[in-house]
Amino acid sequence: MTAKVTIADVERVAELANLELEPEESRSMLHDLNAILDYVAQLNELDAAGVAPLAQVSELEGTGGAGTLRQDTVLPSLDRGAVMSQAPETDGAFFKVPKVIER
Amino acid sequence: MNLDFLRKCDAAKDATVQGLRREAGLPSEVKTYVEKPKTLAELRAGIAEGHVKASELAVRYYDRIAEVNPQLNIYLSLTKERALEQASRIDAAAAKGDALGPLAGAPVGIKDVLVVRGAPATAGSKILKGYQPPYDATAVSRLEAAGAVLLGKLNCDEFAMGSSNENSAYGPVRNPVDTERVPGGSSGGSAAAVAANLAVATLGSDTGGSIRQPASFCGVVGVLPTWGRVSRYGLIAFASSLDRVGPFAANVRDAATLLSVIAGHDPKDATSSPAPVPDYAAESERPVEGLRIGVPKEYFGQGLDPEVRAAIEKGIADLQAAGCTVKPVSLPHTKYAVPTYYLVATAEASANLARFDGVRYGYRSPASDTLSAMYRHSRDEGFGAEVKRRILLGTYALSAGYYDAYYLKAQQVRRLLAEEFLRAFAEVDAIVTPTAPMPAFKLGEKTGDPLAMYLADIYTVTASLAGICGVNVPCGATRAGLPVGMQVLAVHLNEGTAFRVARAVEAAQS
Repeated sequence: MTAKVTIADVERVAELANLELEPEESRSMLHDLNAILDYVAQLNELDAAGVAPLAQVSELEGTGGAGTLRQDTVLPSLDRGAVMSQAPETDGAFFKVPKVIER
Repeated sequence: MNLDFLRKCDAAKDATVQGLRREAGLPSEVKTYVEKPKTLAELRAGIAEGHVKASELAVRYYDRIAEVNPQLNIYLSLTKERALEQASRIDAAAAKGDALGPLAGAPVGIKDVLVVRGAPATAGSKILKGYQPPYDATAVSRLEAAGAVLLGKLNCDEFAMGSSNENSAYGPVRNPVDTERVPGGSSGGSAAAVAANLAVATLGSDTGGSIRQPASFCGVVGVLPTWGRVSRYGLIAFASSLDRVGPFAANVRDAATLLSVIAGHDPKDATSSPAPVPDYAAESERPVEGLRIGVPKEYFGQGLDPEVRAAIEKGIADLQAAGCTVKPVSLPHTKYAVPTYYLVATAEASANLARFDGVRYGYRSPASDTLSAMYRHSRDEGFGAEVKRRILLGTYALSAGYYDAYYLKAQQVRRLLAEEFLRAFAEVDAIVTPTAPMPAFKLGEKTGDPLAMYLADIYTVTASLAGICGVNVPCGATRAGLPVGMQVLAVHLNEGTAFRVARAVEAAQS
């Protein structure tokens, strides 16, 4: 947990996250990510071996838990026209996007 | 129509703030817009008895918004048509002598991360510009069903990521107590609206402190309900295992009333708790005598502003005087909470924010030849710097080779932090701490240093990770008149106890 992030790491992570950063943005993110990762490295001090990870607090005792799952039956959903009217580009039934296959 | 009833503000409180500012030698040109709203009970009685019309009240609030909002930047958009229709319905019901809901005629504002049908939903981001969702969040529809009048949408940090409201793409909110200072964040607009009487009550969201910290900075009551207590349906997601919807109000009883309205199971949110919803307002009035109050020394260490410490110690003494037993509790892992929080929250955010891709709603970059270029350009142009920073950090922490060291480790520490709280709550009924280590800071003071900004959340993130509930209650002020807030924490689903303790602190203020 002490690895320094490099500019190549920032660019790789940006690609994974579908973000396109300007070179200046990448440099400032590099600085910030390293500062934050240095700070979170204090978790290294803690030995948490054997501790079960906690993903949801509903796993804890007495938290009220989540309700049971509903029956798997079809219920009305949002009106299609109302939803499609919010799309940047649509033919009314489908979302339209630029071409998917790059040549 | 008795307009005096509506116009009366808490002139005494305003004068105190100004007086304290003069004493402290602070510049007098600093403007304050603090005004205390009427209580829900006063408004409801006025409407039921016919002294007040909900529709005139709504107009009066819109007039005040028109007058004050340009200075404070609290509202991003108004929902006038819907508000006036609802107000007319309330007036008609009152005229017929029908039973009125608990929030009848109450003008409320909604943080712009909760969707309101047909009203712009921005989440403080350019990427959602123009989006008008076709449905209501459950918390919003429940408020309206209880009689509330929805005035409009409130400014906040972009996607609720921030501690000062300076990350909004639509400009920062200014603190009504002192316009040179931040209102806190991310629900800065929700806290400031109540402090400036631009709403009687508001909704916000809290992922790592985003209700409690701005409530503290603006001198109002803000509630962090237990995770799962309030439906998240219609809340634009930031970190789903941490996100909560909760109310702001000018006093504990009103905040408790709002929570009773919005809490409870919702078939549209499978994670909402089926536990019955108590009458929290009634709970808040129960005496505190005999309650055991824990004080964790880890929340009173280095970095705590001495004036904040003094105000909180006074509040603890007030609780003791009210018959509580005060005892030390130990939460030794507290120092690991901020790093744990920023790993868990950013990892979840990187997944949640993948949905903003220019396809279904909001902003699409105009000139892209291919789908992947369109994704990248839309997200690059639509997201602000802090959102990108957190997406990158979260993606990094989840990426191959780093998952175990960062994300998994953070989830393990999260369990240690939660179990530590559960052990403490076996000994005490509530835990009290400062809500924030400092009073409201100046605009621009921390914007250059993301880490310094994250540390404004040092006392709030642990309860977020543990899923427990809490209330920020105003607890004195600094010599310069800046509000100090006490955080009252209680174990899961024990909001009633948190309200009781907060009410006792509030009662000791006057």
